[in-house]
Amino acid sequence: MIPTKEEWIKVLNEKHGEDVQKKLSAATVAICGLGGLGSNIAVSLTRAGIGKLILIDFDRVDISNLQRQQYRMDQIGEYKTSALSENLTLINPYTELCVHTVRVTEDNMEELLREADIVCEAFDKAEAKAMLTNYVLENMPDKYLVAGSGMAGFDSANLVKTRRVTKRFYLCGDGVSDVNDNIGLVSSRVMLCAAHEAHAIIRIIAGKYEI
Amino acid sequence: MVRINGEEINVSGMTIKEYLVTTSYDMNRVAVELNGDIVPKALYDKTVLKDCDSVEVVSFVGGG
Repeated sequence: MIPTKEEWIKVLNEKHGEDVQKKLSAATVAICGLGGLGSNIAVSLTRAGIGKLILIDFDRVDISNLQRQQYRMDQIGEYKTSALSENLTLINPYTELCVHTVRVTEDNMEELLREADIVCEAFDKAEAKAMLTNYVLENMPDKYLVAGSGMAGFDSANLVKTRRVTKRFYLCGDGVSDVNDNIGLVSSRVMLCAAHEAHAIIRIIAGKYEI
Repeated sequence: MVRINGEEINVSGMTIKEYLVTTSYDMNRVAVELNGDIVPKALYDKTVLKDCDSVEVVSFVGGG
């Protein structure tokens, strides 16, 4: 038996406090990229009872993703947008999901991100991270941007941090561990960076802006 | 002197673009913050660094 929305909100109110939960329930977050960062961030935010998630990715689930991303072997070949929607709905059907199975470009960003209060950068390529960051901060001055950079390899978990670069730009990660240096990606460290991003988002929504 | 990523560097009078090409930063992977605000990419070659400016170059790395 799936609990009712009222039962679910009651639990969230107990855990987060009614004031904060009201803000979380009213918030819309766009997650750009549904890989190791984005899929884990989406799970955290769905459990936290965010009102609406905009999920954006053009790619399909591959066996190589399963080592760190929130998909299952039976979902290989499916679009990440639809596989993740299925998984999130099973966790909590009361977070509204809006999916876009497209590649994010400078031409479609305005439309894709319009409704979002907070934009979450969760791409894998450095150039795409920089493009989204620059575009949002230059053209969407009312939005917050939370980005991730540096979570590859086996280095210490304690090197992964959240920094506030500008008033509306938060950056999570160790800043240096590049997957292209052949140091691999480890589920725990990617999830750690994803948790930093998700937590920064939740704190912004709760009105706790300082790090 | 200009403070860049916490280090005092003698680049006053240079534009952001002129500074970046003297470094190993890849222009396609950076976001540049100047005194608390992001600098639009189109203004890198028009924004001249002054004494006491505070700059942060965020250079993204791959993985996610």
